[in-house]
Amino acid sequence: MSNIGHPEAASKFASDIKRMKWHDKALWFVRKKRDLQSHSVKEWEELRKIADKIKTHTLSRLDFYLREFEKNAKANNIEVHWAKDANEHNKIVLDILQKQGAKKLVKSKSMLTEECQLNPFLEKNGIEVVDTDLGERIVQLRHEPPSHIVLPAIHLKKEDVGTTFEEFLHTQKGNSDPTYLTHAARKHLREKFLASDASLTGVNFAISQTGGIVVCTNEGNADLGASLPKLHIACMGIEKIIPKLEDLAIFTRLLARSATGQPITTYTSHYHSPQRDGEMHIVIVDNGRSKILANDKYIKSLQCIRCGACINTCPIYRRSGGYSYGYIIPGPIGSTLGASHDIEKNYTLPFACSLCASCTNICPVKVDLHEQLYLHRQDVVDAGLLDKTKYKALKIATWIMKYPLIMDISGKIARKIVPLLPRSIVYSKYNIWGKNRELPKFPKNSFKELYKARKK
Amino acid sequence: MYKIGLFIPCFMNELYPKASMDTLKILESFGLEVEYPMEQTCCGQPQANTGCAKETSILAKRFLEIFKKYDYIVAPSGSCVSMVRYNYKQFLEGLDGFEHIQKNTYELIEFIHDIVKPEKLNVSFPHKVGIHNSCHGHRELGLASMSEKNVEPFSKIKDILDMVDGITFSKLERNDECCGFGGTFAITEEAMSIAMGKARIQDHIDAGSEYITGVDMSCLMHMQGLIDREKLPIKTIYIAQILSKGLK
Repeated sequence: MSNIGHPEAASKFASDIKRMKWHDKALWFVRKKRDLQSHSVKEWEELRKIADKIKTHTLSRLDFYLREFEKNAKANNIEVHWAKDANEHNKIVLDILQKQGAKKLVKSKSMLTEECQLNPFLEKNGIEVVDTDLGERIVQLRHEPPSHIVLPAIHLKKEDVGTTFEEFLHTQKGNSDPTYLTHAARKHLREKFLASDASLTGVNFAISQTGGIVVCTNEGNADLGASLPKLHIACMGIEKIIPKLEDLAIFTRLLARSATGQPITTYTSHYHSPQRDGEMHIVIVDNGRSKILANDKYIKSLQCIRCGACINTCPIYRRSGGYSYGYIIPGPIGSTLGASHDIEKNYTLPFACSLCASCTNICPVKVDLHEQLYLHRQDVVDAGLLDKTKYKALKIATWIMKYPLIMDISGKIARKIVPLLPRSIVYSKYNIWGKNRELPKFPKNSFKELYKARKK
Repeated sequence: MYKIGLFIPCFMNELYPKASMDTLKILESFGLEVEYPMEQTCCGQPQANTGCAKETSILAKRFLEIFKKYDYIVAPSGSCVSMVRYNYKQFLEGLDGFEHIQKNTYELIEFIHDIVKPEKLNVSFPHKVGIHNSCHGHRELGLASMSEKNVEPFSKIKDILDMVDGITFSKLERNDECCGFGGTFAITEEAMSIAMGKARIQDHIDAGSEYITGVDMSCLMHMQGLIDREKLPIKTIYIAQILSKGLK
């Protein structure tokens, strides 16, 4: 992950114009699939409203629903653990594995474990970790983080996957046929599944009333993992709770349609107890979430169901790629979560947005994404992190704008002088507007001058 | 008879006097009483979108004092109106006249469509036009149905332009994608702004638009800047300049 801000990273990504356009098109294709699906459900907007209500309600009594969930999960013989941060989470997982003497872990997709940097922690402690979602496995082999929360390897072309598999799975040189590569990955992953001692899955929904969890995948990798080894660990953020089983249908109708434009994920698996003679653990993680829960401005970001629709629709994400954000979750939702998590580190993210509001209107649970990014910008200023030159310029502009006469005179001078200046001065390196764009032709008079003359 | 306070965005006053004048002419052509208060400057959007709350607050209060005496406030800009309607609350809530300006500030086309409701316009513009649905007018003011939502399609902009003789419309691949202007975004995220702008213009060229029109001059200024630099075969025109053809 880069340490530079979003504008620089985005500019670098966009400088390969062909690849940038390809990336934009690939994600727009997903967006269009989503539109087809969402437009085929007559009550789509109603579903969004209900989902919003359920999530808002749940967050308003999160403590209650979490305790209920713990009680009901325990009654199902599931062990429940609480982690206040990433560190605690990682230690709990390692501890569970070590107690069982487990050395080989198969994982299905979990953005939470990415957030907690679980893989490197476990590997350091002698555990072999294999991500079993195909996209996740591809980026894991390449030692890259996912560039998208639903489509982790969307930044790669099939040729890139071909060369990666050549190196690590010894596939035929130059063969990037997707079917061939998928078969190779499948064979490789089967061996890993069969040899595993434990599995770890994410959680899409944790149902308070039943004490069970629901995991949605397209590849069945969570199911295979949770069924083969005797030990299953599921990790979830505190916001994954929904109150009742009947609420689930609202979210499963929204999730896959919003995410990939499918009516439903191939597998929607319910785990309500350990397998026979097995163990099941659920680790519930805060890691900064209760801080967001306490903040009226950003609380709705905890409603997110990680469908990625806001990412696919974001015209900036599509043209800057997932890594340009420098935060584990990219796009609009990542920008608000990242800013909430650490404003100093992520201060360019609220500005990686033209405030077009497409994200807010595509979000299946109505997270007010662009409004949050707008407000985070005030936090950036309050924290003294706004670029000094820019801040000064806006302060001067504001001062001028307090005095119409001064503004009129400044405008008049600019309109008189700029057209007389040589192009090399007007389009100097300080004119960022003019780097790739012409300035409008400066008119002789302002509207105000014309208006005054007309009135006479 | 009501009285309209005309708000002309600061950059339009300085750089686009003709488009601003066309806005005034259209309103007057409906027989409305329109006044341009001389002490107006800027609504504070550049400050607000950069997170400068203190500075925005100063300009929002100025705006309120200048415009609260009018029955309606009309502006040739979706984003400035959206600023007043949705973003002023943080700075002006509870102040005398705030609710009034919040409720009665309209974007020009919105005002013509919702309040004036003309049955016909005596204008002709025999050209193929592509509508640029600028984001704030589109997704915040709700000037047209947005592609993200499952709602009946509508467009107040098209309803008004449909009254223009000879006009035809191009069909875009992406009906309401952002052009990448975004205020200070155009500078802060220059590379993204340029890439987005170029993509939008190309969509219009591919669809055969002779003109790109819209309710926000700022988006058009950005796209025209790219068109001029790249010498592309297309033009932008602010919507009031179409609607005021032939007006004196």
